[in-house]
Amino acid sequence: MTSATPTADVPPPPPRTDAPSAISGRAIRPGDRIFLGLSRGSGIALLVIMGAITAFLTYRSVIAISGDHANFFTTFDWNATGTEPKFGIAVLAFGTVVSSLIAMVIAVPVAVGIALFISHYAPRKLASPLGYVIDLLAAVPSIIYGLWGALFLVPHLTGLYSWLDDYLGWTGIFRYGDGAARSLFTVGILLAIMILPIVTSVSREVFLQVPRMHEEAALALGATRWEVIRMSVLPFGRSGIISASMLGLGRALGETMAVATVLSPSFLIGASLLDPGGGTFAQNIASKFNEADEFGRDALIASGLVLFVITLLVNGAARLIIARRKEYSGAAS
Amino acid sequence: MSDVMTDRRPRAEHPGGTPLPVSLRQARLPRWTPAALALVSAALGTGIGLVGGLDSRIQWGLIAALLFIGGTFALAAGVEGARQAKDRLATSLVWIAFLLAVVPLASLLWETVARGTTVLDGFFLSHSMGTLPDALPGGGIYHAIIGTLEQVGLATLIAAPLGLLTAVYLVEYGRGRLAKVVTFFVDVMTGIPSIVAGLFILSVWILILGFGPSGFAGSMALAILMMPVVVRSTEEMLKLVPNELREASLALGVPKWRTILKVVLPTSIGGITTGVMLAIARITGETAPVLLLVWGAKTINGNPFEGAQQSLPLYVFQQWQQGSDASYDRAWSAALVLIAFVMILNLVARGIARWKAPKTGR
Amino acid sequence: MAKRIDVSGLSAYYGGHKAIDDISMTVEPRSVTAFIGPSGCGKSTFLRTLNRMHEVTPGGRVEGKVLLDDENLYGSGVDPVAVRRTVGMVFQRPNPFPTMSIFDNVAAGLRLNGTHKKNELKDIVEKSLRGANLWNEVKDRLGKPGSGLSGGQQQRLCIARAIAVEPQVLLMDEPCSALDPISTLAIEDLIGELKERFTIVIVTHNMQQAARVSDRTAFFNLAAVGQPGKLVEIDETERIFSNPSVQATEDYISGRFG
Repeated sequence: MTSATPTADVPPPPPRTDAPSAISGRAIRPGDRIFLGLSRGSGIALLVIMGAITAFLTYRSVIAISGDHANFFTTFDWNATGTEPKFGIAVLAFGTVVSSLIAMVIAVPVAVGIALFISHYAPRKLASPLGYVIDLLAAVPSIIYGLWGALFLVPHLTGLYSWLDDYLGWTGIFRYGDGAARSLFTVGILLAIMILPIVTSVSREVFLQVPRMHEEAALALGATRWEVIRMSVLPFGRSGIISASMLGLGRALGETMAVATVLSPSFLIGASLLDPGGGTFAQNIASKFNEADEFGRDALIASGLVLFVITLLVNGAARLIIARRKEYSGAAS
Repeated sequence: MSDVMTDRRPRAEHPGGTPLPVSLRQARLPRWTPAALALVSAALGTGIGLVGGLDSRIQWGLIAALLFIGGTFALAAGVEGARQAKDRLATSLVWIAFLLAVVPLASLLWETVARGTTVLDGFFLSHSMGTLPDALPGGGIYHAIIGTLEQVGLATLIAAPLGLLTAVYLVEYGRGRLAKVVTFFVDVMTGIPSIVAGLFILSVWILILGFGPSGFAGSMALAILMMPVVVRSTEEMLKLVPNELREASLALGVPKWRTILKVVLPTSIGGITTGVMLAIARITGETAPVLLLVWGAKTINGNPFEGAQQSLPLYVFQQWQQGSDASYDRAWSAALVLIAFVMILNLVARGIARWKAPKTGR
Repeated sequence: MAKRIDVSGLSAYYGGHKAIDDISMTVEPRSVTAFIGPSGCGKSTFLRTLNRMHEVTPGGRVEGKVLLDDENLYGSGVDPVAVRRTVGMVFQRPNPFPTMSIFDNVAAGLRLNGTHKKNELKDIVEKSLRGANLWNEVKDRLGKPGSGLSGGQQQRLCIARAIAVEPQVLLMDEPCSALDPISTLAIEDLIGELKERFTIVIVTHNMQQAARVSDRTAFFNLAAVGQPGKLVEIDETERIFSNPSVQATEDYISGRFG
């Protein structure tokens, strides 16, 4: 566009002419117009897709919810077939939120620890390969985490759960019967392992950006390594850690296959997190899909819409924090 | 302490003789202390685990970790003082966080490789399940490989050009409100759970337009997941192209679109390729949309536009669902093939990024 | 309060590269010593070896001895953290902690060393800010972030932060290079006051500044780019600027190179 000039009365030269073309060119040459049209069109197509997702999911959800013979938000059941379908997302919302929260509580401190390990503690020769490996692990497909979780993690957790039951069973939350450890807590642990790489990699990125001079300011005052981290690295990285956690949370909320393989679903909410049962939005869609008729699929779409909205909110919050931080660090530097 | 301005350290005035005028010297634990403590705690953890009859190794590890943290802190607090103890506490926590993460991730890789190699051979790679009953050993993933390649290929054909052009628009043309809106929604799109993308195509393609399941339906959902990733990475790469290059070309009278095609894109082609490959690796492992839209099949279906197909991740899931020993073996082997594919793609992509990196950087 | 520094046979490395070679000198207590020399001559590196900051740079390594009065900073069993607490430092670019208030910035070092009583902190913070000639400008906004001050004020805040912990020595690494002339003047005046209480070593690119503030001046030079920097001579500032004993010093001072 910078080469375009408003002298439109001269006939357009063929695009291959050289130097003088800049002055005699039309307002926008055909090639530029096509190219701009194509690229702008792609951007618009992306918006259209987003709009279509919202519109169609909402449309099918309206069909489903208006055919629901129970309250969609408070019902503890999922029975979307037959003449009087009754289904609600109460259990799914509970399970999704609880398992994701467990994942966050485990993953965020550990991820911050690993990020600090890579950025400030590990020997330099170890640090960059480690970052590399973490990035690679972020690419492991979720179904493989699911398979590993179901066939390896679950049997290895029963011992730990009985132990927790012995000492913390009185709280109710950690009561554990004798079943397989296919519970919301296990899902939380597995989700934690799955989101570790992404949370770590974003946090590490932020920690590496801490200006050297802030760290040196603390060092020169006679701060130990931990005090340097506390005085300059963590305050600088706080918003980065928050947004990394939100990105991880967004993943945990929407994770399907790993939950579907590990959880033994039920539509009862018990106080115990260790006993099998519960469900999440995504897991319920995957498990119920095969047996669902057309209305049943609409019902699943309705629950998917709720999940969509929740993840949008979480991701939006994360982006907002990142954007604010950019402004902040831009002003401060 | 209010008299800080006056010298309250008479020791400092002592001539020569007495050492330690100020406490530059600190009682320090020997350098091997953490290693020794780690060994002791590991041994104790194992011992307690054996004696107490705890059958889960996870418990042994947790006990050892707690012993290590407590031991280091107590020892450092005793010998080196509170500040050093806190420093050491932080150090041991960071190390333990690292180990805590390494153990499950290493176990995941190890289990996949160890269990995945049992039935992985040429037969497994070159045969479909056919009419084989699920409980019996045999069968293979040929149909799943075909399906995955076709679905991912189609998704890439849709998403890569769209994503690339969108990125070009955002970086080269985008100034106004539209560009801001697009940028925002690219971010939003990155966060869409894969199952929601699947539900969207399900509602439009299958429920409203009345098509049946097909590889192509899956590709469309995968393309939705892939697009924002391609946009983001391409955007980053295009931004790295120095403005001087663009200006140099424009100053020679080259039209903008040719500048983009001949100067900007070739300069960043390495990074763009890397981004696209990473995005491909990402969607190759997606199961949920495929489950909703492609449904899975036991036989070879080479036509992605007609009828149910198989895909590798879905194959893993369905074999796991069968629940027999033979199907578990097949699930692990397919998982190994999948993980190998994704990892190789990742490594090659990052290799390209390093090899083609703009020389201005370092 | 102030101490003598005796350096002997000191060399510093970045990985395999030798940055300074075999430097020996004495820095007198309660005086200002200026380091001058062309870029890359290792004067900043040398400064950073005096409080063991050099070794925090990846690959940084030091050989030789630095005696603070009689104690070798690089002796075995010496804690680098305690060294940096004893030898304060002010950096080229003002670097107050961006997330802390003015008060917390000055109090940061004190809190590290275990002073937590509100009144005590308040007294010392006020004294240090007065000592840095900043008190009158900031006394009404101690709770505001330090990053909101002007560059010159930020640098004096950093000086206040450094002297709050009562170091024996104050190292300044081109403290005025990022400041305007008026702020520079304020800092130079401050240096003149501070030398009553501290041993001060200042690296500067500005020869007039060295002439104005220092009692003794050390001239560093390097044979060629990539070669380690060496100490050419150290003497009374007046002598260095009027009648140096080495030709290279005179060439540098009179602007023939560097």
